[in-house]
Amino acid sequence: MIEVRNLRKSFGEVKAVDGVSFTARDGEITGLLGPNGAGKTTTLRMLYTLMKPDAGQVLVDGIDTVVEPVAVRRTLGVLPDARGLYKRLTARENIEYFAQLHGVETALMQQRREKLVDALEMRDILDRRTEGFSQGQRVKTAIARALVHDPKNVILDEPTNGLDVMSTRSMRAFLKAMKAEGRCVLFSSHIMQEVAALCDRIVVIAHGRVVADETPDALRAQTGETNLEDAFVKIIGSEEGLAA
Amino acid sequence: MSAILTVWWKEIRENLRDKRTVMSALIYAPLFGPIMFVVLINVQINREMAKAEGPLKVPVIGAQYAPNLIAALKRQGLEPQPAIAEPENAVRHRDTDVVLRIPASYGNAWNTGEPAQVELIYDASQMGTDTARERLQNMLKRYVSEQGALRLLARGISPAIATPVVVSERDQSTPQSRAGLLFGFLPYFFVIAIYIGGMYLAIDLTAGERERQSLEPLFANPVARSSILLGKLAAIGVFSFISLLLCVIGFSIAGHFMPSEKLGMSFDLGAAFVGQALLLELPLLALFAVGQTLIAAFAKTYREAQTYLGFLMILPAVPSMLMSFMPVKPAPWMYAVPLLGQQLGVSQLLRGGSVGMSEIGIALVCGFAVAFLIGLLTAQVYRSERLAISV
Repeated sequence: MIEVRNLRKSFGEVKAVDGVSFTARDGEITGLLGPNGAGKTTTLRMLYTLMKPDAGQVLVDGIDTVVEPVAVRRTLGVLPDARGLYKRLTARENIEYFAQLHGVETALMQQRREKLVDALEMRDILDRRTEGFSQGQRVKTAIARALVHDPKNVILDEPTNGLDVMSTRSMRAFLKAMKAEGRCVLFSSHIMQEVAALCDRIVVIAHGRVVADETPDALRAQTGETNLEDAFVKIIGSEEGLAA
Repeated sequence: MSAILTVWWKEIRENLRDKRTVMSALIYAPLFGPIMFVVLINVQINREMAKAEGPLKVPVIGAQYAPNLIAALKRQGLEPQPAIAEPENAVRHRDTDVVLRIPASYGNAWNTGEPAQVELIYDASQMGTDTARERLQNMLKRYVSEQGALRLLARGISPAIATPVVVSERDQSTPQSRAGLLFGFLPYFFVIAIYIGGMYLAIDLTAGERERQSLEPLFANPVARSSILLGKLAAIGVFSFISLLLCVIGFSIAGHFMPSEKLGMSFDLGAAFVGQALLLELPLLALFAVGQTLIAAFAKTYREAQTYLGFLMILPAVPSMLMSFMPVKPAPWMYAVPLLGQQLGVSQLLRGGSVGMSEIGIALVCGFAVAFLIGLLTAQVYRSERLAISV
């Protein structure tokens, strides 16, 4: 479970995150929706301890990210905005490197790797160097790498960004499977359909603030719009930066 | 500890797959020095030897005015060449090293017992003309003293009277210390081997990872950034150490290809030299690894870091250059200054002298202390938020 309380972060004059609070529960998929530049990536970066908040608190399974960042990272699987694979290593070596950094035993690591490779349908690329991978192959490798230590909480920054239709569909199936396993899944997106199709809970962020935190149905009821797209536009107050 | 090893091994394995890094760190950087050295020195020596031993060919103007002089010079190995029209221009354009000109008044002056004048025309600013000029000067000096002695004898005076003081030179240089003079720039090659050996890794592991956006996922692992930094530094250290080792061994082998007996010099670049030189240079491995990583951490891209570090490559040359322009008497405190200490120590070893354990100790302690301080600064930069954010 990830609890975010009144999170703030400024870069000079710019208030990137300006008092964000929400909770992402276990066994649920929580979507962080907002236009480009709304503060989604900065919020997530504070969750996985890459950045320190100026104010506010993040608790991951009850552990404070500022007090015990290493312990927090142990319980997290992170797909950052920057996928950053090692081009001179194969997909398998990329995955094994992160497993070793997490201190996963070899036998256990192999078992988990095999499971992820099957779930992500990436056996054909496993022993290729990642240089020249397609966007979809890169994301698959990065996700396998992020989840090989079997984390309870999964944070994914725009996981379907740049994926084709087929890859997007299998990504959605994968997220649902993780939910079924009882994990806490938190992902960001600027694509409404995706959030609508997947999420149990939608947190809408605009200009660094949470402007809605509801189930998709409640969101429709709250805005009086039957169409989610119209509901979003109404909440955010503009169509800027949102993609259908 | 295991995280440090994991990072270390991954960086080594990944970079061994990069042709550019391997070529420059393990082939170009260490072997450039020894190969250039053997080739250049051999060419140079053979040329000088040919000049010093072969017949000396010098254009002579007015040879007909001094047949006795020319005959005496010929006996000493001179091969007079035909007169040339503009000797001043000829030496300035290096058509010839030196020209001997005998004025028409030579015969008259000789006969009346006046000092007869001959002219040597040369351009001292032309490299490599000294040998020919000095040989001709010495031939002339011998002729002058012989003739002077003969004149004194003819008047019943001992020639010794004209030599009130005899200077005997006692050169204290040994064949090995003369070799040290020739090897003067060798310490710099060692330093460069370390610098270039680790440079491409230092760039790739920080600026390169930043540019490829792989630092952010890496830092999301439950490993302290200081452990990641230590693993990376150790990988840089391994590459620069191998580069240094190859360079030292390269010079050790190159010593066997030197025409040392022709030079009256001797080289001892054996195991003792290799061992002591490696020990002395050890702190530089750490110093360069942290320094290069620090600078690479300020660069946003691989190319930017390459530009900074390429520019800084002249820094290690400063002690070498200073020592060749203003020769200083080695003092113990100098071993405490990184780079200067290594320069001094390796020069000393080359001259066949020994470097005391206390001097090596000072160089090691001070070098590692400076590396540690810069390392703290590097760790500070590594902890900063903006390091992981590439865009």
